[in-house]
Amino acid sequence: MILLSLAWHSLKNRRLTTGLTVVSIALSVALLVGVDLVRVGARDSFANTISQTDLIVGARGGSLTLLLYSVFHMGSATNNVSYQSYLHFKNHAAVEWTIPYSLGDSHRGFRVVGTTNDFYEHFHYHRDRKIEFAEGRMPDGIFDTVLGWDVAQALHYKIGDPIVVTHGISEGRGILQHDDKPFHVVGILARTATPVDRSVYVTLYGISAMHIDWADGGPPMPGEETPVSKITKDNLEIKQITAFLVRCKSRIDTLGLQREINTFEDEPLMAIIPGVALSELWNTIGYAEEALTVVTFFVLVVGLLGMLVSLYTSLNERRREMAILRAVGAGPRKVIFLLVLESGLLALAGTFLGVTGIYAVSALTQPLVEHRFGMFIPVTPPSTTGYVYICAVVVAGLLIGTVPAVKAYRNALADGLSIRV
Amino acid sequence: MEIAAGQSVFIFGPSGSGKTTLLGLLAGVLKASSGQVMALGRDLSKMSNSQRDHFRGSHVGYIFQMFNLIPYLTVEENIALPCRLDSERRHRLNGVPLHDAVRETASHLGIEALLHENVTNLSVGQQQRVAAARSLIGTPQLVIADEPTSSLDFDRRERFIKLLFENCRAARSTLIFVSHDRTLMPLFERCVSLPELNRAAQSL
Repeated sequence: MILLSLAWHSLKNRRLTTGLTVVSIALSVALLVGVDLVRVGARDSFANTISQTDLIVGARGGSLTLLLYSVFHMGSATNNVSYQSYLHFKNHAAVEWTIPYSLGDSHRGFRVVGTTNDFYEHFHYHRDRKIEFAEGRMPDGIFDTVLGWDVAQALHYKIGDPIVVTHGISEGRGILQHDDKPFHVVGILARTATPVDRSVYVTLYGISAMHIDWADGGPPMPGEETPVSKITKDNLEIKQITAFLVRCKSRIDTLGLQREINTFEDEPLMAIIPGVALSELWNTIGYAEEALTVVTFFVLVVGLLGMLVSLYTSLNERRREMAILRAVGAGPRKVIFLLVLESGLLALAGTFLGVTGIYAVSALTQPLVEHRFGMFIPVTPPSTTGYVYICAVVVAGLLIGTVPAVKAYRNALADGLSIRV
Repeated sequence: MEIAAGQSVFIFGPSGSGKTTLLGLLAGVLKASSGQVMALGRDLSKMSNSQRDHFRGSHVGYIFQMFNLIPYLTVEENIALPCRLDSERRHRLNGVPLHDAVRETASHLGIEALLHENVTNLSVGQQQRVAAARSLIGTPQLVIADEPTSSLDFDRRERFIKLLFENCRAARSTLIFVSHDRTLMPLFERCVSLPELNRAAQSL
């Protein structure tokens, strides 16, 4: 007890170095725990880009490719799914709902997604969150379009603005414009922090209407376009879509349905389970996360070395103090214990400050981070790794404290009761 | 050489004559490589390191030449230190609360007004009195003073030594006082010259 009070007073006496040491440890601990929080948040946000979807179905090919183009709207499909096959599974007994996607066009760098109103009714992300409208309504007419939040922000669109879709995927204006069939903005979706924000949604009819006069992948001759006024839902035929999302009535049906789709005889199709595919994808891009952790470990090591340096350099000026302690009966073991205690207190204080600091910061900036970076940082107690880190810092602090302690012990033995100033 | 219990002894010798070594042996910081060091009826040369640390903590009061005090503790905390580090020494207060014991010892040395001062604000003379109070608290049987007056002027020197005497007598402690300053000799019951002692030992 007396040693604890001695350690406390001695640290208090060296306020400035003590303060700086605690702050440097606190910063490295905050970084370590913060990176852990961000990592959990990032993984969580990533895994919840799409929720409540049991299967993603597309033309047979790579499962990663299917995930990328259907969920992240990256890359493109090599083949399509016929509308008949889609209807077959849409009306399947085990299926609760489906969301069709028709991809392949873009608007000034943003992907255009043809879908049905099932999308607005059933699409879920972040476990149980649904699509919401910031403004406007669901598309109804053939040339109605709904914009993701980022699209509307980046291009300064508002309700009623006309937009022209580009054929194919291109940044900015493409070579082939569907400028004979402009769309009109009827709704803007609220921010979801998922790829939904970066997409332009039209109806499946809209996609068909754009391509109504196209033959063999080429546009109609100028002047031969069907005028917009003559296009109705009745004379449009939806021939194909790119992919569709499936929700089963019961989770047990999922695997059976997956097998059924994969072995579907009419058309080569493939069904993937999004959770499995997402974690596979995360593992392939998870290197960045490891690199970040390694860097923070080095920061922590620097912080602890700073403590070592400050304790070690203080020893020379404290030789007198050690001799006095020995004279009043403190054995070398108590001298060692005193110094280990000091470094332990420093590490503990630094860790406490760092952990509370980073939690305060992440709690305060949570809405901002979610808004700006689309990442929801959960302010939950540290993960197991987090606790391991925290304990490791304190233990490392104690271990590092033994270095100056042993030095002080040697000094004490060499000096005896003679005081060297 | 033998020193009777309760005596106050002046040991003098020029620097290099082994004063510090002798005190180190007596206080149990150093271990005799040959011969015997008996203190309070116990053989220090046969004790282990931690036994000697414990012996020093409970039975010895030690006053240095200067810089006796731990800079980050108050006067009161400095005086109380030996009793807080050693339980045997605390028990010797006979149930008097530590706080009162510190106050009493301080009042004997005329420093009770300084108890809550920061030691860095004290003059050298005041510091040495605090050191004396620390060495006397818990009535150790042996008080060792290593040139405690060398940084004081003549008047204060004599007053300090008289105070030390009074308090050691009251506590029935043996006082061993080491200095190179022979002018202090007349104040003591017994004087030992270390160089002579060394010569005697060599001629044996």
